[in-house]
Amino acid sequence: MKDMTLSTLLAVFEEIFGRGLFWAMVALAGVVTLAYLFVLIRDRAVSWHKFLWAQLSMPVGAVLAVWFLLVMTHSQLRDMGGPIDLIVLLMVAVGGAVGMAILVYTGQSLLRGRDE
Amino acid sequence: MTKNKYDLSRRAFLGVAAGGAAIASVTPSDAAPIATNAKIVIIGAGAGGTALANRLVDRLDGAQITLIDPRPQHLYQPGLTLVAAGLKPADYVTTLTTDWLPSGVTLIPEKAAAIDPEAKTVSTEGGETLSYDYLVVAPGLVLDHDAIDGFDLDMVGTNGIGALYAGPQYAAKTWDAAGKFTEDGGVGLFTRPETEMKCAGAPLKHTFLIDDLARRADNRGNMDITYAAPQGSLFGVPIVAEKVRMLFGDRGINTAMQHTLKAIEPGQQKATFVDQDGSTVDMDYDYIHVIPPQRAPDVIRESGLSWADKWTDQGWVECDMYTLQHLRYDTIWALGDVAGVPKGKTAASVKWQVPVVEDGIVSAIEGTDPTETYNGYTSCPMITRIGRAMLVEFDYNNDLTPSFPGIIAPLEELWISWLMKEVALKATYNAMLRGRA
Repeated sequence: MKDMTLSTLLAVFEEIFGRGLFWAMVALAGVVTLAYLFVLIRDRAVSWHKFLWAQLSMPVGAVLAVWFLLVMTHSQLRDMGGPIDLIVLLMVAVGGAVGMAILVYTGQSLLRGRDE
Repeated sequence: MTKNKYDLSRRAFLGVAAGGAAIASVTPSDAAPIATNAKIVIIGAGAGGTALANRLVDRLDGAQITLIDPRPQHLYQPGLTLVAAGLKPADYVTTLTTDWLPSGVTLIPEKAAAIDPEAKTVSTEGGETLSYDYLVVAPGLVLDHDAIDGFDLDMVGTNGIGALYAGPQYAAKTWDAAGKFTEDGGVGLFTRPETEMKCAGAPLKHTFLIDDLARRADNRGNMDITYAAPQGSLFGVPIVAEKVRMLFGDRGINTAMQHTLKAIEPGQQKATFVDQDGSTVDMDYDYIHVIPPQRAPDVIRESGLSWADKWTDQGWVECDMYTLQHLRYDTIWALGDVAGVPKGKTAASVKWQVPVVEDGIVSAIEGTDPTETYNGYTSCPMITRIGRAMLVEFDYNNDLTPSFPGIIAPLEELWISWLMKEVALKATYNAMLRGRA
């Protein structure tokens, strides 16, 4: 890599997904994050009941994220060859888990409203 | 109370949203374009020509930029090894040349027929003559299939013959033949030419991939694989050659070094090599991968731009290995495969060469000294099986130049290196074409 700048990274991600899809996904992630912040601010409290469901969904998100990446890249778990591979795999799993948890928590909050 | 709370939360919400939008809209600011009426001609609208045109359009205001290239398709050549292993369809590598060119440049869809470096003109096959102030020669190279006796491109995909360099449809046909080999077994011969060549890792990648695919088909025990090359080592960079030697040992791949493919007899499935003693060696095959000698296009060799004392059978452009400027004509630069430099016939090299040529031309227009140089950087994501690769990067000195030292080891078979080849490489390449990487 000659110049690994933010604009290079953005250009690369635009090319991977297509400009429209990439920014749509960024916008979607932003909207979900903002919705999450919105319900936190609105409710002024974390609902432990919803958080339990969010936590339970985390392994599902982790497995889905890893599975998606492996399928999309013709890879298998046996291809892990070094520490960096395991780190990347774990980061993908953690990303999937956290994303799923936020999605589930926010979804419950928006659909069911506040816990009274 | 409730109303107040909602007002506050809405304000906070909108504030965060506005902040996010502001971050998203930040773009790097570029220096003001330089006003000029220079006439710049680029022969070739491949990776180098296209990326350079996009960058020059941003740097120069008023320059007359003309590209000359007869091929309507743009080929993403790093993808050909994946097509030839059945991992991607042929159209994975094909787009339109015009998809990538910026507005404000002219594309002449013809072949360059002659260059007169004294009169500073380029003539096209259609009879048009263009004068230039600055010329960039980036026409790529020519695959000399006729140099292999008995071989014809029409044979690719039949009788166990593959030739993935020849283009997307031939890479797909190569998989027809190679895929059959992985099912039927037999003797596989994987060759490389004696000349300089584009992506010297590709012959090795094809060998590794077919070996892996045969293992996945549970058929590797029924085949004998030999890698036959005119050179004395498996890779130009000694430390990488040693690693490949070890991997070949691990995979049970035989080698026939200093063996140059000269002819094939498709009917009898027999290949003829010449060894280091000049003796003829015949080998039978069930699958053979043919990579012919590679040379500069005739227009370069006939225009007196080639080296007179180096690569005389190949005709690469005589240029400074660091600035890529022609050694006898200071208004001409070489870019990409055609450049007569010791390394650098890859897309990754082009990525590093383009800013050097851009800097050379812009500096010449401004009357200043150029500062960018090319150090021979070449990158090869050496696929060693589906799902693993080694991210090998090196320079003119054969020094390894890892982009992520301490994180991605260059001589380890890693999944992340495969991910880069599979996911990020084409995207980075496309960003480069647009002049953005």
